[in-house]
Formats: sequence, structure tokens, C-alpha cells
Amino acid sequence: MTEACHATPAPRVPGARLQIALAGNPNVGKTTLFNALTGLSAKVSNYPGITVERRTGALTLPVGPADLHDLPGTYSLNARSAEEQIAFDELAGLGATPAPDVVVVCLDATQLARSVYLLLQCRELGARCVGAMTMVDEAGGAAPDARALGELVGCEVVAVTARTKRGLPDLLAAIDRASRAERRAVWQWTPSPALRAHLDVVRGTVPARWSAATRYGIDLPLADDAIALWALTCIDNSEHDGDELDGVPPEVRAAVVAQRFELDDEAVLARWTWLDREIPKLGHARPDRSLTERIDRVLLHRAAGFAVFAGIMAVLFMSLFAWAAPLIDGIDHGFKAFGGALRDLLGSGIFTDFLVDGVIAGVGAVLVFLPQILMLFLFLGFLEDCGYLARVAYLMDRVMRSMNLHGRAFVPMLFGFACAVPAITATRTMERRRDRLLTMLVVPLMTCSARLPVYTLIIAALIPGSRATQGLLMVGMYAFSVATSLAAAWVMSKTVKPLKGKRLPFIIELPPYRFPRVPDVLRMMWAKSSMFLREAGTVILACSIALWALLYFPRTLPADAPDYAALIAKAPDADAKAALSAREQAAHLENSYGGRLGHAIEPAISPLGFDWKIGVGLIGAFAAREVFVSTLGIVYAVGTDADEQSLPLRQALKTAKTSDGRTKYTPLVGLSLMIFFALAMQCMSTLAVVRRESGGLRWPIFLFTYMTILAWVVSFLVYQGGRLLGFG
Amino acid sequence: MPSSLAEIPLGHSAIVRAIAGPRAFRRRLLEMGLVPGVTVRVVTIAPLGDPLRIEVRHGQWSIRKAEAAQIDVEPIARGATVKIATQAAPLASRS
Repeated sequence: MTEACHATPAPRVPGARLQIALAGNPNVGKTTLFNALTGLSAKVSNYPGITVERRTGALTLPVGPADLHDLPGTYSLNARSAEEQIAFDELAGLGATPAPDVVVVCLDATQLARSVYLLLQCRELGARCVGAMTMVDEAGGAAPDARALGELVGCEVVAVTARTKRGLPDLLAAIDRASRAERRAVWQWTPSPALRAHLDVVRGTVPARWSAATRYGIDLPLADDAIALWALTCIDNSEHDGDELDGVPPEVRAAVVAQRFELDDEAVLARWTWLDREIPKLGHARPDRSLTERIDRVLLHRAAGFAVFAGIMAVLFMSLFAWAAPLIDGIDHGFKAFGGALRDLLGSGIFTDFLVDGVIAGVGAVLVFLPQILMLFLFLGFLEDCGYLARVAYLMDRVMRSMNLHGRAFVPMLFGFACAVPAITATRTMERRRDRLLTMLVVPLMTCSARLPVYTLIIAALIPGSRATQGLLMVGMYAFSVATSLAAAWVMSKTVKPLKGKRLPFIIELPPYRFPRVPDVLRMMWAKSSMFLREAGTVILACSIALWALLYFPRTLPADAPDYAALIAKAPDADAKAALSAREQAAHLENSYGGRLGHAIEPAISPLGFDWKIGVGLIGAFAAREVFVSTLGIVYAVGTDADEQSLPLRQALKTAKTSDGRTKYTPLVGLSLMIFFALAMQCMSTLAVVRRESGGLRWPIFLFTYMTILAWVVSFLVYQGGRLLGFG
Repeated sequence: MPSSLAEIPLGHSAIVRAIAGPRAFRRRLLEMGLVPGVTVRVVTIAPLGDPLRIEVRHGQWSIRKAEAAQIDVEPIARGATVKIATQAAPLASRS
């Protein structure tokens, strides 16, 4: 039984670009179709407030230019979280943008029933639909006839093969025709009297801005019913089962809660009854899973599967950790060389220092992430598109779940060993905000590669013992970071309200393996990387410059300071000049705002065994943890470019004495310092990227606070406990 | 004899009778086509003992055992005897 209502369309605003939405299940070739339709015009951005990628591109219809919006892949328009709600809001025009003029629904020829399920929902809402039948080549001769399917569902359906662009002109023509058709809301089923009564009550509370009359410019009672049905189904009416929907009018919510609605299944079952009756008439195309099954027999095997998994993860990890290193070093050296050349050209002065040490070094600080980010999105895009990431979740769910983490959190956690910045961007492969947040809050605890120079310096300078015990301590730091991050995930998922693990079902599709299209992967890699540069990069740059200023100004020396310029002029040889120059640098740093801050925080960090010099190092380390080493190099006047292998710096730390002549940095101080570095949030780039991925300042502030407190407390316990036990 | 999907031996099929559990969970399964009357096959179990890999309407899904336990199914007739057969099979092939 079909119900339909229609009315004459409102006149189009002349000159307005047509807005087209592209909807579809996951894994139906939607992205490929989007790329084929929009070419190089696609732009990636985020939906405001939530990190769901929003992709928009331009296409040309016979009637004129139009915008194509790619909606998140979904099996249904029903939602329980703000993320899932996006597709519905966009289609119905409840979000920031008006309802699209035409909705293109991708229909997988091999999974016709469940693709058409989504189309039915769109039609109920009053969308002008066009079906784009994909995977036609996979269905082979069994592919359903597009025309017959179109007649069945009541809108045009075009078979397309995005790879060869077959069918695309027909699809554009169909979109064009649909945009000029009158808007109709079509229901393929009739609500029972009981459901009808519920719908009427809720529809009465729907505010004008949610009504079809406002959203579409025409009165479509069935489209209003569809809104009411969505509200009844998606808004939770019990206390223990709260939804996370966004922007639902309170009067609608109140009406739904008052209804004690329990007819959830009726609509779903009615649609499936229709589908099971009608779709088989179009043939029995099904995916050919024989190859997928053979691959899965290996990739999901209990021994071979984990071996392959370990191998793939090793390649990924090496690409981030080792293979990106030459590129990173190249960028680093390139910027240093450029800065040096510029300094020679401009001569010394505050402006030169600003340009070279602030701006150019800051841009370098952003661009060093680019090789890792590019490789990350390249590999992730490839694994996602071929269907393997879903298998990772399947393989690892058991382990990750025990810490209340998502199965897919494994990949970001592993990347955390290389660098938290790409690792946090990798959390996007998880759909749910809570899973992403929890993962990005524990990833910074993993031993990233920037901690290595710090550990190397401390171990070499302060920790006695053979190379073997020193090596063992390094391994211990890695194990410590894994333990703390997993423990932190477990504790936060039990205590922090937005992170509490509501027992949500873990049902993911394991799609057939498909070879990814290289242009699709490359395009996404570039789009996502450039978004990283735009959004996180600008914050990192600004912070770099601010940090430089903090450690540079006011550029004066205390009144009792010697006249370094005169001393340097009188120095007998180059070595003496260099030593004096280093001492001048050290004096400037001590007197900078950052240096004074180091003195100011000394009372807070002395219970951990640290003095103000380490305090300045900790402040400098915000630029990146390894900067701790070079900052200490300046403080100890061994030169501005000391690295962790620098023997003078090791010697300076080893022989530093307190005012009463005792060894300043005992092995216990070294251990306390390493623990502090393992746990503290000493990285502005991480904070910048968390701000971007979580869509606000709240979570980076939380991250900084919890890690700093944790680091302080544990270092305190280690240092003071060690002293009580007679060490150091 | 009715049982839950979690009790269906690997490689065996059953017919869905009803889905229990929280609203959103039930709705999600129904929407992916796991409606009463449909056949579901338990394909494999993950190497660490959870989740299950099931096949519904020619699509494969990963679902945790605890969630599968919420799905009431009717094992397809040969169920009871096949259970013994799967255990006997390796012995038979060895001899």
C-alpha cells in the first residue's frame, strides 16, 4: 500500500545553485561516485562542532552549476548520536543548510534490499530522489534492471560505473529532471491506527521551522509525519537509554517522552516486508564473496591472521617512525639552512631573530609533521577502502574492549609510538565521538619519538650502569607508557561522564575486499592533509611564535651582568669567544620571561627534584619535547644546537652541583624527570590537534590538566619515595 | 528448540525469531535486515574468542557474543546432529 501526497513546488530562487546531496550505505562506492562527479573541485571540511568530515564539490548540470554534498555513509536515517544525525539533518534541511533540491541515493546492485531501505526513508521525508545503481559490474549478468527498479521505487534509477564514467551523463540528466519535478512524500506502507495516533500527537508539537511548509516551501503532511516518526523512533523515552541527539526542539522531545512509544519496530518491519516482497522480483544479484572468503580465511586466521596483522602494523609503524625520518630531517635541515642564510643576509637584530627563530622555525615545526601525516592518510585510506580496517576492529575488539576502547583504537595507539599528532588524526576511523575522545586522550601517553632524545640524554648523563641496564630502562619506559595509557583509558571510561562506556552494540560490516582506487586514496590523502595544515598548522605556528617570544624577550640582562660584547671582543681565540657567547645566550634566556617563569615554577617542581633550569627546559619543551635538550644546552651554556649526543651537555648535567656542593642531578632526579616526561602533556602540537579533532577547547584543557597532575603526582611519589628509601 | 544466536555452532545457520535488548540495539539490527524470519549463519569466531562473524542477506557483520545472545533464533533442523558431526569430523579424517 502506497501513500503519497504532493503539492505544487515553490518557485526556484533564480540564480541559486542547485544543492544536491549524495546518500548511501557505507561501502557502496559512494566516494568513488562523488569523485567521478566532482573531479578536483572537492573540498573537505568539518561539520561544525563534530568532527565528521564534510565533503562538497561542484558539478555541472544541464540547468547550470550545482553543489554536491557527500553525506556520511549510513544504513538508515534513524540516529542516536549527533554524528548519525547529520545525514538526517542534511536531507531534511534541519541543520544549518536548507534541504537539498535533489538527493542521489547510491544503490548497491549486490545489496539491493538494504540500499533501497535508505531510499524508502528519503522518499518518506519528501526528498526528490534519484537512484544511482553502483557495483553493477560486480553483480554481472544478475544486475537488476535499472528501469524496473525505478518503476518499483517511484524515482529514476541510473546504473553507473564511476570508474569508467559509464552512466554519469544519464545520472546528471536524471538529477536535472528531478530538480524540476514536484516534491512528493511517498510511504510504501500504512501506519497502524495506534502508530497513527502517536504520529498525530507528535506532529502537532513540531515547530514551524521543522515543518515541510517551511523547509520545502510546500505543505506535505506525509513529510511532517516522517519527521514525527523519526522523533518517535530516535528520541529515547526511558531514563537508562539516553540518546545524544542534537538540536531537537524541547517540545517535540517532551511530547515523545510523554508518549511511552513502543512501536519502534513497526516502521522498520513494514519497510522490510515491502522490500522482501518486491525486491526479489528484480532478480537475485548478490556479492561474489568467494575471493573475500579465501582472503579472510588467511587474514582472520588465528595464527596467520595475527602474523599478517603484525606485519601490516609493522610496515605502518616503520613508515611513520623510520621511513618518514629522512623527510622530516630534510625539512628540518632545509628550514635551518634557510633561516641561517636569511640571518646572514639580514644581519643580526630583533627582527631577524623574530623572522628566523620565530616565524621560519614555526613554519618548519608545522611542516615536519607533513611527511607523517601524508603517509598516515595514504595507508589508512588504502586499508579503509580495501576493507581491512573493519577486520582490524574484528581481530582486536576483544583486547581493546577490555579497556573500554573501540576495536579500531588499536591503530591510533600504535601510531602514538611515532607521534601523537598523526595518531590523533587517525582516530577519525571511529564513528562514535566517545570512542574518538577516549582514544585521543590516552594516545599522548604513548612513548612518542620526540621523547626519545630526552630519555637518551637523561639515561646517558644521569643513570649509572652498563649499556644493558640503560637499554633495559628504555624498554621499561615503553612498557610503562603502554600500561599507563591502557590504565588511563579504563579509569577515564569509568569516571569521566562523556567518556563513560554506554554499552553500545559493536556491529560493523565486514565488506567484500575491493582493490582501492588509487586516485580516490590520493585525493583523500591530499584533502585531509591540507585540512590538517590549515586548521592545526595555524595554531601550531602561532604557539611556536608565542613560545619563541616568551624565551626571547625582554632581551635585557640584569644590571650586574658582565659586558659580554666587550669580553668577546677581547677574547684571545675563537673557542673563548664561543664560550663567552654561549654564556651570554644563557644569561639572556635566564632573564627572559620564560626564564623567569622557570624560576617562578621552581617551588612547584622542586618536590620532584627539579631546579629552575629544568623548569626552563620544560617550558621550551612545549614547542616539541626534544626541544628540552637544546634548551638545556643553552641554559648550561654549551651552545645553541646541543643534541642528546652532546658530550659537553652530558658532562654539564653530570657535574652540576647544588649551592651546598652536592650532586644536583642524581639518578633519582633522572628517573623522576623521565617519569615526568612520560606522563606530562608537554606538546602544544598535540593540544592543537586535539582542539581541532574534538571541536573546542574543552578537551585539550582537560587533557593538559589530567596529564600534568598525573605527571606531577607520580614524579613526586617516585622522587620523595626514592629519597625515603635512601636513594639520591 | 529455540536458542540464542550465540549458541549456534560455527558454520551453522538459524532463523531469527525475535531480538531482545535495548531499543537502539534492536532497531539497528532490524534496520540492517536482521528481521524475524531471515536466515543468519555464524561464519567464524574471532581468534581471541569474540566477536562472531555472521552472514545475513549476503552481507557479513561482526557482532559480539553478548549481543548475539540477545537474538532468539530457531536452529535450522540439522542443528542437533551436526553438533556431534563437527566434533567427530577431525577424527574421521585422521583415520
